[in-house]
Amino acid sequence: MASLAGMLTARRGRGAFDWTDWFSYGYLALGLLLMFGPVVWLVLSSFKSAAALNEFPPQLLPYGQKTVVVTGHEIPLPLYRVTLPDGTTRELAEVRRIGIQATLVDPKAPEQEYKVNIRDRKPVREFQLALNNYIEIFGKFSFGTFLWNSVFITVVATLITLLFNAMAAFALSKYRFGGRNAVFLLIISTLMIPPTIILVPNFLVVSELGLLNSLWGVIWPAVATPTGVFLLRQYMLTIPDELIEAARMDNASEWRIFWRIILPLSAPALAVLAIFSVMWRWNDFLWPLIVLSRTEKFTLQLALNAFQGELTTQWHYLLAMTVITLLPVTLVFAFLQRHITTGIAAAGVK
Amino acid sequence: MNALDPPMRALQRVLGVPRIAWMFVGPNLAILGLFTFLPIVINFYFAFTGGVQLYPSERPFTGTENLSTLFDCGSYLDPATCRKDLFWRSIYNTGEFALLQVALMVALALVTALVLNRKILGRGFFRGVFFYPVLLSPVVVALIWKWVLQREGVLNAVLASAGSSPVGWLSDANWAFFWCVFVSIWAHMGFYTLILLAGLQAIPADLYEAAEMDGTSPWRRFSRITLPLLMPNLIVVLVLGLIRAVQIFDEVFVLTGGGPGSATTFIVQFIYQTGFAESIHQYGLAAAASLVLALSLLVLTLVQLRITRKNLDSPAGRGDG
Amino acid sequence: MASLQLHRVVKRYGTTAVVHGIDLEVKDGEFVVFVGPSGCGKSTLLRMIAGLESVTEGDLLIDGTRVNDVSAAQRGLAMVFQSYALYPHMTVYQNLAFGLENLGAPRAEVDAKVKAAAKLLKLEALLERRPTQLSGGQRQRVAIGRAIVRDPTIFLFDEPLSNLDAELRVQMRAEITALHKRLGTTMIYVTHDQVEAMTMAHRIAVLRSGNVEQFGTPLELYNRPVNRFVAGFIGSPQMNFLNARIVGASDAGLRVLLDAAPTGESQPPLPIDGSAKTQQRVMLGIRPEHVAIGPTSGPALALTATIERVEQLGAASFLYCALGGGERLTVHAPGQVAFESGTQIKVSLPVAETHVFDTDESENAFRRR
Repeated sequence: MASLAGMLTARRGRGAFDWTDWFSYGYLALGLLLMFGPVVWLVLSSFKSAAALNEFPPQLLPYGQKTVVVTGHEIPLPLYRVTLPDGTTRELAEVRRIGIQATLVDPKAPEQEYKVNIRDRKPVREFQLALNNYIEIFGKFSFGTFLWNSVFITVVATLITLLFNAMAAFALSKYRFGGRNAVFLLIISTLMIPPTIILVPNFLVVSELGLLNSLWGVIWPAVATPTGVFLLRQYMLTIPDELIEAARMDNASEWRIFWRIILPLSAPALAVLAIFSVMWRWNDFLWPLIVLSRTEKFTLQLALNAFQGELTTQWHYLLAMTVITLLPVTLVFAFLQRHITTGIAAAGVK
Repeated sequence: MNALDPPMRALQRVLGVPRIAWMFVGPNLAILGLFTFLPIVINFYFAFTGGVQLYPSERPFTGTENLSTLFDCGSYLDPATCRKDLFWRSIYNTGEFALLQVALMVALALVTALVLNRKILGRGFFRGVFFYPVLLSPVVVALIWKWVLQREGVLNAVLASAGSSPVGWLSDANWAFFWCVFVSIWAHMGFYTLILLAGLQAIPADLYEAAEMDGTSPWRRFSRITLPLLMPNLIVVLVLGLIRAVQIFDEVFVLTGGGPGSATTFIVQFIYQTGFAESIHQYGLAAAASLVLALSLLVLTLVQLRITRKNLDSPAGRGDG
Repeated sequence: MASLQLHRVVKRYGTTAVVHGIDLEVKDGEFVVFVGPSGCGKSTLLRMIAGLESVTEGDLLIDGTRVNDVSAAQRGLAMVFQSYALYPHMTVYQNLAFGLENLGAPRAEVDAKVKAAAKLLKLEALLERRPTQLSGGQRQRVAIGRAIVRDPTIFLFDEPLSNLDAELRVQMRAEITALHKRLGTTMIYVTHDQVEAMTMAHRIAVLRSGNVEQFGTPLELYNRPVNRFVAGFIGSPQMNFLNARIVGASDAGLRVLLDAAPTGESQPPLPIDGSAKTQQRVMLGIRPEHVAIGPTSGPALALTATIERVEQLGAASFLYCALGGGERLTVHAPGQVAFESGTQIKVSLPVAETHVFDTDESENAFRRR
């Protein structure tokens, strides 16, 4: 009991490596497996050919059948390990197959043909990445359009979010105007109004504005984030007022003070908000699902959702699309993990 | 943006310096007004009107008919006796889901935070490991697990190699519910771990040293120092988790589609289906269901506000900004 | 260059007034220091002149033109802030150029002015650095440079030296004074440090609770403080104030009896006009540096004091003494002294150096002859 509690309270393990340390590392190893395992499995699977994906039980790594180029044949032939009637085994290339009878040749001596029962041959396999999964989705499913839609929404919405939120935060942190506190409370209070409870009326507003099936119908409702205003306001409060006064003495207009002094100085907070905003918009699902019903306006998330209904027999495409969708977020995470985690810990928002 | 300077200067001359602030908050306020405050008002209008038209003036006033349709039940304890049995099933599902998911998730997040707070090798790396799924989109999360859980998936392969027969993880009602809970914990736990970890690290080390000097037992150190000092964070995490769990939709919608049957249909999916997905769009009913959801969220938010009144400066809030 | 006039200038926040109707005139080319304890309104006054705070009542005139409603930028003034307020994300060059760029000045002109200011302030080697890479003194110079490039009609300084260490403060004091000589521009300088005020100013305005107590040259303030507040504020260590009462007034001067002096001893009259009624309670003021140990040649008030503490600075010594009745007397003796605490000494207060004040701190002092 005592050592269990030791694990629960110790900020810094000291002394010998006791069982609480074993527990900790065991827990972390299990966590690693559970948290990363499925993602790694998804990525590995996405490089498998359709045939390899249909195998059960599945192989860990992507394997494909080895092929050889044989003179006299235009396309490479699949290679098999064949048990010949005399009991010897040889690696032969299959020329054709009729029923249970396969015709194979020795790649080095293609003149002589061997006819064997298909049960007597086993495919020769090698490590092989099915990159075609990735190439074909762009041609077959106008995947590029979905990617473009997602990128457009993410980039444009993030830029507008940064600008609008920074402007509001500037006004709320650096001016004493009548109604300031009311405005601040009004903005913060929208934290308590999740979009899920105003889906129907928002649909009306967006449709009245003619924004149904327009990417702007996803962008505009999302840009006035209270989280962003709050985050930036807190940061701007730490910028000394004297800088603004100095700029006023320097004949700068208020807009120029905002643009040349406040924005550059808020860069760290803007970066955190930018990361958040990119994640929010890239991952958005329910609202785009309602606003965008035409296939050519789908975002990646919508396309994935649509295909997972239609393409369950074509997992190799679906997996490749999923990997592309999680790639940007993973890259952002890999390079900016520290910013994200400290930003979240500081703001208490996701 | 330098091109904006002359018009802004002119505007500043007209408005004067303190009032120019309205120009700065203007865009943000306009967006919020149009897409948040106005819809709140319209939502009431929808909830008390009927018909299938979206345009308000074409909708006949029906009073509380939508609400009474939703609440028309033989017995509230048995969804099968209700006129809108799916609504009640989704409410029960949501309640069950929220309690189970939040209790398990907060417990796991606490253990994880305690482990991550120790002096361990690769602490930053492991923190990242637990946090990574938080960033993934719900659709991707659902597809990752759908791939693992499908009939010929890797989980069944592991079972098969142990000699068991494959299980229809997502086609069995109980298993499907379990996996919804599991997957949503998997996807969100890292966020709550981070908040708890921040709370743990805010506890001054000298408190523990002083307790150690006093000969306090490790268990008492946990129950008398760690737990009480972490309590504010724990409560915030609990309430935040509940607010989010009640709104569960995205990952479950992709993972199970609400099925099998209505085993994993939750309240937001009911709103979505009623208002947008079914061939007849019953906006009024969906808006009325939204009011019920809003009411439960309001209660949770008031609880949260009451608890966090001391630090109002932390806008711990909704997931999408 | 410009002159500045304040007519009954009032500043109120809500109902609390922080500046109560100040009248002041700063002449063209003059170096004026506002000095006073914290909260006296000196910074508010400066910020009103700058245009950063609005004027609640009264008139603010620059070169005879009312500027109450002219924005900060358009008053043609420049200000050096206490924290320097350098833009941390800009280089020194950009900091200096920002104000000119805001005016839309041509690039060549901006460059020329920045270079000239940098040369004047010996900043040429630092132009590409950021403020964080500069020492305190260098930042101070950049802040001044930013004011200079704009060619202002009046320079405003808001406690510019308070963030520097003692040595640098002395050096920058000299540099600012030299700069003023060179530019000849009107300067208004706010500080709480009376030494800065005394060493730099042509004229000093002593402020207290939103009022100007006295406005005059440093020596006027030192020699003829108008009231006990100014007398106590100017000079270090502070002037001694001893309880006394008036026992007679004549052509020879004012006769007072110190509470701490032995009774019956005949005291010489003070060279001070006094039409006051006898027996009025007053305070006699004398600066520590004017108190002599032992007898003096001229007429003086004699006292016996007990040394409580001695501070030896080498070039001078401070004796902190107790008088009868719980009163205290500080003596600033030149050179080194060999007294120990507990010793009784005789001190003389030369009558030519005494001041007589009303017991009320802000009531006018009795006029010295």
